[in-house]
Amino acid sequence: MLAMNYRGPYRVRAVHKSDPVIEHPGDAIVQVDRSCICGSDLHLYHGLVPDTRVGTTFGHEFTGRVVEVGADVRNLKVGDNVLVPFNVFCGSCFFCQRELFGNCHNTNPEATAVGGIYGYSHTAGGYDGGQAEYVRVPMADVGPTVIPDDLHRDDAVLLTDAFPTGYQAAEMGSIEEGDTVVVFGAGPVGLFAAKSAWWMGAGRVIVVDHVEYRLDFARRFAQCETIDFKQVGDMAMHIKQLTDGLGADVCIDAVGCEAAGNALQHLSGVKLKMQAGSATVLHWCINSVRKGGNVSIVGVYGPTFNAVPIGNAVNKGLTLRMNQASVKRHLPRLIEHIREGHVRPRDIITHRVPLEEVADAYHLFSHKLDNCIKTVLVPPSALQ
Amino acid sequence: MDMKVDDARRPGQRTDHAPDFDTRPRHPAHKDSIAGWGSDLDRAKRPGVPMERRPARLPAHRHDIAPQALDTEVLHSSERPGVTPLFGSPVPPRGISGWIRRLAFGYSENDLRHWLMLLFADRVNVVEGLVDDVAHGHVPRLYAETGGRAELKHNPAAAARKAATLVAVAGAGYWLWKRSRSRA
Repeated sequence: MLAMNYRGPYRVRAVHKSDPVIEHPGDAIVQVDRSCICGSDLHLYHGLVPDTRVGTTFGHEFTGRVVEVGADVRNLKVGDNVLVPFNVFCGSCFFCQRELFGNCHNTNPEATAVGGIYGYSHTAGGYDGGQAEYVRVPMADVGPTVIPDDLHRDDAVLLTDAFPTGYQAAEMGSIEEGDTVVVFGAGPVGLFAAKSAWWMGAGRVIVVDHVEYRLDFARRFAQCETIDFKQVGDMAMHIKQLTDGLGADVCIDAVGCEAAGNALQHLSGVKLKMQAGSATVLHWCINSVRKGGNVSIVGVYGPTFNAVPIGNAVNKGLTLRMNQASVKRHLPRLIEHIREGHVRPRDIITHRVPLEEVADAYHLFSHKLDNCIKTVLVPPSALQ
Repeated sequence: MDMKVDDARRPGQRTDHAPDFDTRPRHPAHKDSIAGWGSDLDRAKRPGVPMERRPARLPAHRHDIAPQALDTEVLHSSERPGVTPLFGSPVPPRGISGWIRRLAFGYSENDLRHWLMLLFADRVNVVEGLVDDVAHGHVPRLYAETGGRAELKHNPAAAARKAATLVAVAGAGYWLWKRSRSRA
């Protein structure tokens, strides 16, 4: 089969490799018809995630058709069209029994702090991802969801990560009616977080970024205010000036470890790797939120450490919430939002690229060329 | 009372009195044009509330997970008793990078050396990948693998800058090489 293949930082290619096989009676094999490149894939692509081995296949946002099931699989059958949450989870461990599917304890031998994730390095379990023609899907009875007939496939693929992660970001902010919510990052997750904040009754939603075409898109997609941080001297002071000197009620980090905006953070975190990425947005969140406010973090950071103003968080009495999204628990409600016409996730898809041109797709997305918001890779077999 | 933007920038400047805050919920002026505004105001509608929810809402499935056959080398965190019942289809640790990875897994996730050694192993692995390519008769197409075509198409100015820099560096190198040869 054809699959994306990691060769080193900023270097990927499409190669032919062996088809995946059933390795466990709970497995299924899915023929991929769409696979997105996620912003967090760029952390792998840029060489920031430890234990990213040459030869692995990325991709944790994909949909497809079941072509084979293991002996124990009861809830799926060959021919089902499925969307597959990015979490690999067992459904039975201490954490899964509490619906913390992003924190499964049975699917990642390499680390205890991270659950299994498709195509996200050996630090997340060493699973091959969906940027390929076929992918092995473990625990097929609990992870995949059969795509309802009335759900557009492009909407379905965005339900595997970006949309639920954005929604959970807003949810973890414990938004109350009339709250001012600041979302850092106008990428796909930030856009969905902004949209979700309105559903939770926000009085004001402000999206912060520095890429003008993304801010323009955010204004249209999420009907929010925007701030270009390059036009602002001091982010925390600016937010306070916009909020009667108090600060925002909720700040959301939808950027993660490659944040721009502070040269020292970028140099120490991204270039020199002296910390687990740039903590610029964590600083902005903690210093821009009001006392007693909520900071919600869904941006991805490395496993080592970051320099953050935790003393300010203590003194301000903040609540910090963060996690990988538990995609499966959010799906029913998010599908309702789509059906009720509150959102059309596929509107954020700007590029469709054949899997054969995966290197160009990564470069395009990484460098934000051609007004790229979301890229979908299409395997050749999906076109037949 | 509205705070003037300039006030915050003048040290020592006082506002006339403490701001009189209106604590009523504010609604956006364009609320009616926001599809679904307030539809999840009721927390019972938010699927992630409460954070931990029991029993888990999942379809019926087997809870006795048979361990996946372990027929390749799988490194596991020292904070675990062994390999988890399920794991990926891994690229086994090989070569010098594999040796470093095995050493790294001797330290816990709580130990910085674990992660720094893994990052170092990743860099070594990149060199191994290049050597492996050449050994198998495959010359890496670095231009294509780094997305050069996309750069040329969508950002030709940057592509031209990179090409000019490359030519300048190569030219300078050639000039230095020629000069050292002529002096010798």
